[in-house]
Amino acid sequence: MNPANLIKMANQIGAFFEAMPDREQAVKDVAAHIRNTWEPRMRVAILQYVREFGDAELKPIVRNALPIVKSAG
Amino acid sequence: MNDIDYGTPAVVADRQVTLDIDGIAVTVPAGTSVMRAAVEAGVMIPKLCATDALEPFGSCRLCLVEIEGRRGYPSSCTTPAEGGMKVRTQSAKLADLRRNVMELYISDHPLDCLTCAANGNCELQTMAGVVGLREVRYGMAGANHFTDVKKDESNPYFTYDPAKCIVCNRCVRACEEQQGTYALTISGRGFDSRVSAGQSQDFMDSECVSCGACVNACPTATLLEKTVIDKGQAEHSVTTTCAYCGVGCGFKAEMKGAEVVRMVPWKDGQANEGHACVKGRFAWGYATHPGRITKPMIRSRISDPWREVSWEEALTYAASEFRRIQDKYGRNSIGAMVSSRCTNEEDYLVQKLVRAAFGNNNVDTCARVCHSPTGYGLKQTLGESAGTQTFKSVEKADVIVVIGANPTDGHPVFASRLKRRLRAGAKLVVIDPREIALVNSPHVKATHHLKLRPGTNVAVLTALAHVIVSEGLLDEAFIAERCEAKAFAQWREFVARPANSPEAMEAATGVPVAEVRAAARLYATGGNAAIYYGLGVTEHSQGSTAVIGIANLAMATGNVGREGVGVNPLRGQNNVQGSCDMGSFPHELPGYRHVSDTITRELFGHAWGVEIQSEPGLRIPNMFEAALDGSFLGLYCQGEDPAQSDPNTQHVQSALPAMEFVVVQDLFLNETAKYAHVFLPGASFLEKDGTFTNAERRISRVRKVMPPLSGKSDWEVTMALANALGYKMDYAHPSEIMDEIARLTPTFAGVSYAKLDRLGSLQWPCNDDAPEGTPTMHVGEFVRGKGRFLITQYVPTTEKVTQRYPLILTTGRVLSQYNVGSQTRRTENVRFYDEDLLEIHPHDAEERGIVEGNWVGVVSRAGDTVLRATVTERMQPGVVYTTFHFPESGANVITTDNSDWATNCPEYKVTAVQLVRVDQPSEWQQRNAREDKKQHQLLARAGTA
Repeated sequence: MNPANLIKMANQIGAFFEAMPDREQAVKDVAAHIRNTWEPRMRVAILQYVREFGDAELKPIVRNALPIVKSAG
Repeated sequence: MNDIDYGTPAVVADRQVTLDIDGIAVTVPAGTSVMRAAVEAGVMIPKLCATDALEPFGSCRLCLVEIEGRRGYPSSCTTPAEGGMKVRTQSAKLADLRRNVMELYISDHPLDCLTCAANGNCELQTMAGVVGLREVRYGMAGANHFTDVKKDESNPYFTYDPAKCIVCNRCVRACEEQQGTYALTISGRGFDSRVSAGQSQDFMDSECVSCGACVNACPTATLLEKTVIDKGQAEHSVTTTCAYCGVGCGFKAEMKGAEVVRMVPWKDGQANEGHACVKGRFAWGYATHPGRITKPMIRSRISDPWREVSWEEALTYAASEFRRIQDKYGRNSIGAMVSSRCTNEEDYLVQKLVRAAFGNNNVDTCARVCHSPTGYGLKQTLGESAGTQTFKSVEKADVIVVIGANPTDGHPVFASRLKRRLRAGAKLVVIDPREIALVNSPHVKATHHLKLRPGTNVAVLTALAHVIVSEGLLDEAFIAERCEAKAFAQWREFVARPANSPEAMEAATGVPVAEVRAAARLYATGGNAAIYYGLGVTEHSQGSTAVIGIANLAMATGNVGREGVGVNPLRGQNNVQGSCDMGSFPHELPGYRHVSDTITRELFGHAWGVEIQSEPGLRIPNMFEAALDGSFLGLYCQGEDPAQSDPNTQHVQSALPAMEFVVVQDLFLNETAKYAHVFLPGASFLEKDGTFTNAERRISRVRKVMPPLSGKSDWEVTMALANALGYKMDYAHPSEIMDEIARLTPTFAGVSYAKLDRLGSLQWPCNDDAPEGTPTMHVGEFVRGKGRFLITQYVPTTEKVTQRYPLILTTGRVLSQYNVGSQTRRTENVRFYDEDLLEIHPHDAEERGIVEGNWVGVVSRAGDTVLRATVTERMQPGVVYTTFHFPESGANVITTDNSDWATNCPEYKVTAVQLVRVDQPSEWQQRNAREDKKQHQLLARAGTA
């Protein structure tokens, strides 16, 4: 999977939820959206990319959400 | 075969009246005509100018009656029934009057009845018989008897023969009342009176949109289908459902044996109530087009010639290749795409095959690229992934907002209803970058046209909400009772911020503040307010957010849960709603239940005898991505053509050959089939049984009127493929598939073919709580309990205009063509529109030296193509537009991979482009033309091994 596309998609999801006033819930919602709609190889690919190249390209809300995505499997 | 014609439309009234007609007591709603009351009593009054699709006109004087206590002989079509009225429909005097009237008609009508194409279905002939006409005292040399009058054969589908016209006005009234186009009039006086299209033009040159309403209304052979002229009158009819847009019109396929003579809009069809458009009414000839492929074919490589094989060989080969790929690359290395042009039963079977026989969730539907944001947005806010109303509901709307939709072209039969309501006084707000026809057309004018810049829907919707909140226009009582308080408070605080005001948003949207404020006030305070939207809302990077914004507006103003209001997605294809309902998304089982839900998974797993994966599968764009990285290598594609319809064509064209094995099931060698290794011939809607679910959640029967040309209906092919894969499927008829759907899907629990046959159609949810379906949703309570407001932060698209790409391209469709055009391009509809054109504002054209008809290179970040320009003020400066009906245009070569944040629905509506004058096709077009020629040569070499 193209990491650039995945990062773009993740940041788009983050852009929607970061407008929500409850930050903690918004982070969970970003994670849940990725968890519920991304096929596993997409999740694996973005997590692997972040592991190898860091998370600088990601919005903060997505950075916070990815560990939840990871822990959820 | 013909339905009963009650002469005048049905009336809905609280009060009933009882009258006596020829000694028969009959009770009807007050306001019903005497003519209709008589038919209700079983008494047929002669008539010519009356028909129950049209308001009474009272011109033919055949329907005269006697009413006790009244002088003269009133026309029964224009006389309302009254309580206690005593009516005589037959008397010597009436018979005399009717014969005299008929004598006058016939004195000016050719008597070539035996060779007339309407013979056997001519109301004039029938009425002459009914009134007992035996002589014509005025002679037979009437001005129009013998035709030195030219017959107009310009329209590809029907002829106009003025010699046969009796000037009953039915066609003119049908064009006005039913269609709302006002293309016809009566020109001349006395014997010169004739129906005239436009300014005495040929039909083809006039404003006529070829909906066929005039042809349907004509009581003689004046306006007649060419197929009837060619083939003669039909001998039986079968009621079925149109295979084009999401309106889902009911039709009677009038047949001679297994040959269609004509398609007549079904009067009792609840979606269309006897109306049609040029596609459904006339453009069905593709079903027997010589380009149909009717034999299964296989090949090892896409550069090889095709080889015709038996069904068994094709399916065995397909199954063995899918298994080979799974054995080598893993269970998740294959998947399927299904189509919104297929039936519910077919879509259900394909997702079942994927989940049960492939053993994964890699199934997606072409709804991905049109209305997937509707599913997401409405589920999140209202609780159900579907529109809230019936089409008929618009008749009770006072304010109608049309956003990102062009109903006169995309959903023409609904547009006619909508225009009728507007003519009756409802107000219209159009939110669209283009001046669509509804903005200003005969007897219809939008009160407000918010001509926004493409990509700024969310900004406009949020600004509308800002006005409603800041000016105190909320329906506080509705919100308090029906919606989540905390979510509402957060939303209210958000939209009230100055940053969301029309003033702050104007720089982005280009919409004047006063227009936004006025539109918001009208929507909030104008009575019943309904929003209708289309792909101009969904096909954006913020498509889902815009759908949420629409739902927010409806909740904020209390415009949900009754007739005349609501949130109404206008679905693109006939079965978009159904394909989504049937579990065709990779994360949802039928009924929109997530695959991670253990109870649902076990329900289906138990029924299907398999274990269903709990992880979501790949969406269509993800499948292409995975193909390019080598992890998705086998595709079963039924009724869908992503190589033409999906964005960034070159990306798709690189992903398809990266797969080791592609199976395409279709009517024609479509663009995707050029990358296929197995071609399974599909069946048109005329060749199979099933159901479609339209945009109002209406499930309607599709009925087989002819045997499948390939020998198999599509559901039989999928079943055979499953069996070849070793997964047993054994259905004798699609009704059994629907029975299974009903057993496993709560919203479909009460659906059966028997009930559909009895009621005509059903709107889901249909279950014990609503055994005859649910016309209006969210009455009293939202499906999710309390409605949920969600914050809609405007996030500009990343597809920005720059010096290099200074214009925004947006895409759409025209009335006569449908989607990728694989059906309509193979009909006479190409006479109306035979190439995708680039619409450009005069200012932008002049700046680039472009004039009408020039070839223009359209260059985007994704690619370039060449289109012919048409210069029009319908566009706003800075925005250009094209359609995507013709593969050689390569409209999607220029659209990008940008997509909706929630669903990956492509952002077809916003592509930054530059235009240049050119004198030859683009490199892609030239390459594609060569490849197209090569693939057709490989097809021509197909032979039985």
